[in-house]
Amino acid sequence: MMTLSKETISIQREPDVVFFRNKAKELAVKIGMGLVGQTKLITAASELVRNMLRYANGGEAILEIIIRNNIKGIRLTFADKGPGIKDLKEAMQDGFSTGKSLGLGLPGAKRLSNEFDLKSEVGKGTTVTIIRWKNGV
Amino acid sequence: MDKIPILKMGEFLLVTIQVDLYDRLALALESDLIMMLTKTEARGVLIDISAVSIVDSFMGRILGNIAAMSKILDAETVVVGMQPAVAITLVELGLTLPGVYTALDVEKGMDLLRSKIGDLPKDEEDLYDDFI
Repeated sequence: MMTLSKETISIQREPDVVFFRNKAKELAVKIGMGLVGQTKLITAASELVRNMLRYANGGEAILEIIIRNNIKGIRLTFADKGPGIKDLKEAMQDGFSTGKSLGLGLPGAKRLSNEFDLKSEVGKGTTVTIIRWKNGV
Repeated sequence: MDKIPILKMGEFLLVTIQVDLYDRLALALESDLIMMLTKTEARGVLIDISAVSIVDSFMGRILGNIAAMSKILDAETVVVGMQPAVAITLVELGLTLPGVYTALDVEKGMDLLRSKIGDLPKDEEDLYDDFI
């Protein structure tokens, strides 16, 4: 796997979310991702970036164009220094929420992505990484 | 701060969402809608999302809230104009939008609302005609 481009955006307030979404869409369009793929990617990203703002007071969003086996994809990483997630398995269940939300963010983002990774340590922070390939289902 | 306009269309209210719904905007919409429903006694709310390309679970929760609030105030809610890519994504996201009807466009949305709320009897006496 190789990274063709990389950009880091600091997410601190709501307007940063809009800027980030537009950037992510730009990259997806750049590699020729179809409309449904774009929609899934940006929707997943929207969930994750909202989580970062709501639970961790912000963090960093990294946007990358990657290529593996000659296929291009977009990798988005959301890294925060927030409270961390106590029980990963619980957090990945549909409907589970420590806030007042629907609890679909993490499991939903996983379903909408081709690859999903979640690392967290209580008291240190959380990092979520998703990949959507150009022609991913 | 932007505000989402709510238009009165006969016995219905029409809300057209054309911008990204952030927290304060969404809360303002909910409270504006309650006020309008109470003031106009509208029986239905149409939410036009034909210009919305991303519906995440936050927006889904707002739509669900609006439907629940409207129900308490004796109104039904229809979401119209959902983009196909959004529909596909919502299913996979697991967002079910309970209490929210959907229609392809505003026209069909109004037909759906009329069929849901039904025609109220003009006169109490009409109810007794069949018993005579």
